[in-house]
Amino acid sequence: MKIHEYQGKEILKKFNVAVPKGEVAFSIDDAVKAAEKIGGSVWVVKAQIHAGGRGKGGGVKLARSLEEVREIAGEMIGMRLVTHQTGPEGRIVRRLLIEQGVNIEREMYVGITLDRARSQDVVMVSTEGGVEIEKVAAETPEKILKEAVDPGVGLQAFQARRLCFGLGLSGDAFKNAVSFLLAVYKAYDASDASLAEINPLVITKEGHVLALDAKINFDDNALYRHKEYEALRDIDEEDPLEVEASASNLNYIKLDGNVGCMVNGAGLAMATMDIIKLAGGMPANFLDVGGGASATTVEAGFKIILKDPNVRAILINIFGGIVRCDRVATGVVEAAKKVDVQVPIVIRLAGTNAELAAEILEKSGLKFLVASTLKEAAEKVTRAIAA
Amino acid sequence: MSILVGKKTRLVVQGITGGEGTFHTKQMIEYGTNVVAGVTPGKGGTTYSGNERDQFPRPVPVFNSVADAVAKTKADTSIIFVPAAFAADAIMEAADSGIRLIVAITEGIPAADMVRVYDYLKGKDVSLIGPNCPGIITPGGAKIGIMPGFIHLPGRVGLISRSGTLTYEAVSQLTALGLGQSTCIGIGGDPVIGTRFIDAMKLFNADKGTDAIVMIGEIGGTAEEEAAEYIRAHVKKPVIGFIAGQTAPPGRRMGHAGAIISGGKGTAAEKMAAMKKAGIIVVDSPAVIGETVARALRKSGRRTTAKRVTAKRKPRAAARKPARKRK
Repeated sequence: MKIHEYQGKEILKKFNVAVPKGEVAFSIDDAVKAAEKIGGSVWVVKAQIHAGGRGKGGGVKLARSLEEVREIAGEMIGMRLVTHQTGPEGRIVRRLLIEQGVNIEREMYVGITLDRARSQDVVMVSTEGGVEIEKVAAETPEKILKEAVDPGVGLQAFQARRLCFGLGLSGDAFKNAVSFLLAVYKAYDASDASLAEINPLVITKEGHVLALDAKINFDDNALYRHKEYEALRDIDEEDPLEVEASASNLNYIKLDGNVGCMVNGAGLAMATMDIIKLAGGMPANFLDVGGGASATTVEAGFKIILKDPNVRAILINIFGGIVRCDRVATGVVEAAKKVDVQVPIVIRLAGTNAELAAEILEKSGLKFLVASTLKEAAEKVTRAIAA
Repeated sequence: MSILVGKKTRLVVQGITGGEGTFHTKQMIEYGTNVVAGVTPGKGGTTYSGNERDQFPRPVPVFNSVADAVAKTKADTSIIFVPAAFAADAIMEAADSGIRLIVAITEGIPAADMVRVYDYLKGKDVSLIGPNCPGIITPGGAKIGIMPGFIHLPGRVGLISRSGTLTYEAVSQLTALGLGQSTCIGIGGDPVIGTRFIDAMKLFNADKGTDAIVMIGEIGGTAEEEAAEYIRAHVKKPVIGFIAGQTAPPGRRMGHAGAIISGGKGTAAEKMAAMKKAGIIVVDSPAVIGETVARALRKSGRRTTAKRVTAKRKPRAAARKPARKRK
């Protein structure tokens, strides 16, 4: 689960991570009021969307007067912000973060995430702050310093010191940075985050260490023990079809292609997408109906797939293991009768009771294109979209 | 022959009286798995024969703890069906009780819990498969998981996979061609798992009953690359690989918590390149896994027909000692 920068900073603040003074604003007036409340003479107006690269896209601007705050907020609210992470369609800006301006001396990077190869969390720092860390990792990996966290004891002070010495810090900045790292780790650990990234962390001319940006993602599997996160969810940042799918317990991800697919199991769903592409089509979505694949789930799946206007054919690929294919077939027939499907449907049901299922589909009187193997299914889809 | 599980396996089911536990225990017993015990805290001392919907062919004794089950029944392997919030605890309990192989089926365990479990298991003489996996099966020997037993055929092809239904797809392609399987392991789709590709690969490489190995990976992480490096240096048997998610967009979790391309890392293209470099026969299409294995076996001059279990009569070179933790 992703959250906004200002929400991330609120969490960090609870764990004594230093952040600039700031307020969220949902309107132009709010923005000016926020700036007045923060005080000072320089503010930063930051568009709040769930994507990085906002600065380059014009989503982060400096204001030197309340009038400028008003002007910039007016431009930003409602704008379509396009960054390298949003895709060409961009995101509509609905929330702003107004922050005090700070005297930046140096910009650095801090990131905490799970290192899958070690099965341990890893704290990473770099002197190359404020730039894309992927680029640093690819071009100058030696500039990223890492400490693996022993899960029994958590991040230790000596590890934080090692990282901060590695960054070349000294004096007050060093001391503040050590406390900062330990506090960020505490926030990450206690909130069941899958990522805590501060890019940049800034050292001010006064030696203060502040999180200028904050990106916190939560582990979806741990949401059950953090009911308070529900309030942090921003549905506007999610694809409406994906929101609808999750309400029906379907795992759906919208893609750009023309062949809708409905599959049981995530691995088989990805493999089905791959075979559609090999056959000359492009998958319109990832859709895992899970273990059930009943008439209700298939119906919900049809409805969601068909809301995407690009879909020109549907491929249903179910491997019946525990779930019986004849039941799935009955479900598909019932759902197809209820939902008016105008595009060709290719169905491949394999495994338990597959022959019985084929019979049910044939007797239904509906025009399904039935395939018995994965290869045949792909070929039938290709022909269907070419027609 | 086979790896990790077989006719000698003595299985305890943790969470046997739950819906999932009941349904799959019935399936496992019917397949011929030696289910010796169940554990549900508070129901120790009773026997359990299933519920109204799923009746076991025979009753199974239920214990309050895994330690009790091990002491009374010499169980050496555990399968876990308990809900995600309690699964980490169940895995650690099994490890603490002298179980040698733990198969965790449960989906949705928080990553932080698994990081602690992984740390807890270090240095202990125990293997974990999963979590969030279909389990492990030695066709004709033991089914310890939720996979459909009937699609399998005893034989000499080993299979390791991160997926569930995609594994069944590959297995059914093999079986349709008469290519039986020595053992099939679903290692699971989570970021933190016990047995990884490389661990299973080492076992299959050493197993005299395995002639070829199928490796089905997916996007995310670097476990396939790690295994590829091992294969390049140590594995002479033909290895056939497929990576699901060639068309997956970056930054999106494709169902499995671990199936995500992040920071430009973990793409299918990268994995396939690393695997090809290691001499693995990588297929682009999931539809040709079976026929590619058949071709590889023909080329390597190994047997291509399914072999009924004859290993029984020979001494079991790689047999595991049954866990004896009785004092």
